[in-house]
Amino acid sequence: MQKVYSSAQAALEGILHDGMLIASGGFGLCGIPEQLIEAIRDTGVKDLTIASNNAGIDGVGLGMLLATRQVKRMISSYVGENAEFMRQYLAGELELEFNPQGTLAERMRAGGAGIPGFYTRTGVGTVIAEGKEHKDFDGQTYILERGIVADLAIVKAWRADTSGNLMFRKTARNFNVPAATCGRICVAEVEEIVPLGSLDPDKIHLPGIYVHRLIGGARKNRIENRTVRKKETA
Amino acid sequence: MMSEAKGWDRNQIAARAAKELQDGTYVNLGIGIPTLVSNYIPAGVNVTLQSENGMLGMGPFPFEGEEDPDLINAGKQTITELPQTAYFDSAQSFAMIRGGKIAMAILGAMEVSEQGDLANWMIPGKLVKGMGGAMDLVAGVGRVVVVMDHTSKHGESKVLRDCTLPLTGKGVVDRIITNLGVLDVGDKGLHIVELADGVTEADLRAATEATIV
Repeated sequence: MQKVYSSAQAALEGILHDGMLIASGGFGLCGIPEQLIEAIRDTGVKDLTIASNNAGIDGVGLGMLLATRQVKRMISSYVGENAEFMRQYLAGELELEFNPQGTLAERMRAGGAGIPGFYTRTGVGTVIAEGKEHKDFDGQTYILERGIVADLAIVKAWRADTSGNLMFRKTARNFNVPAATCGRICVAEVEEIVPLGSLDPDKIHLPGIYVHRLIGGARKNRIENRTVRKKETA
Repeated sequence: MMSEAKGWDRNQIAARAAKELQDGTYVNLGIGIPTLVSNYIPAGVNVTLQSENGMLGMGPFPFEGEEDPDLINAGKQTITELPQTAYFDSAQSFAMIRGGKIAMAILGAMEVSEQGDLANWMIPGKLVKGMGGAMDLVAGVGRVVVVMDHTSKHGESKVLRDCTLPLTGKGVVDRIITNLGVLDVGDKGLHIVELADGVTEADLRAATEATIV
């Protein structure tokens, strides 16, 4: 099975349709699949629902799809640092389903693992719990959250072999693993594609069974909040 | 009305919060004043900081020129790793939070109530940022310490009988550390643990809407 494609456009061929649900990896701008997002924008596909922890920043990452009004609904935990997002939401132009960050990650993990729902204490007694089934276990109240199965998952990794085995680097792993697993189809963009046998099988973070299509050429993501300390001077 | 000179500043609040840290534990620090807590970890106290975007063993900010776009904290700031650092994905990160493996979270607040309710994620119609990992943290960690200014810019108490903003968690806060002092959440109201420098009990009570027993 050939998983490696020549471009983001080629890798998305035949997958996209209006109104679909896309799960995206990344935290802030760290580990976001920028080439794939750009290629999705260029197709003009619209009315998208996107499950992603954040929505990029203005004009970067998923912020690109917000600027072109291709997104109907976001499922996210945090949308600060994105003025256009806030504007569209407050104007009623964009639907937003807030999910606690861990609930969103677990919804993706569960969806990918064939688990349609799970009980969690997160959000009990808050607006997040409204309309959801409550159940007590051992004297504690929990709410039912549903697994997410996405039409498409888009992720970014550091290295892949040609069979789609992925390795991530440092905190760029974040939502990329659970997002990848919850997609009926997963397309990954990576910084480097290496030949079979080049990756240590004990160090694969995401087995290739979850990855259907693959492109190289991903760049390092940009830094959102550069923070440094001064070197002590003697 | 409090005079400016009384009480603790942001760094002094952070330094006081750092005294809450127990040796040998795993701790999550929120964004804002909580991030400053790591500057004041007492000598001899060894804590491992968790960053909920997927890291245990969070190190200090990098030196200029050594920033790595793949290595950030939950506030999206560039950071560094330590010899004991481990990386993992977001589902694993919140499994350890929800699973009670993190001993303490130190978080910021917009409002806190005498029942230990916490509001820190949105102001309806005005500010839409989101809860991030805060709802998971307050539901899952062993102990929740809140650090905040005691009053708003307009002098209104943020330590209330009931929160007015949407909640992050209900009955989740154990201890409140503000510019005016330290309060614990008890069965019948708040208990004064400590007063900040130059603050009297009368000052603290006057600035607090919540019941202090």
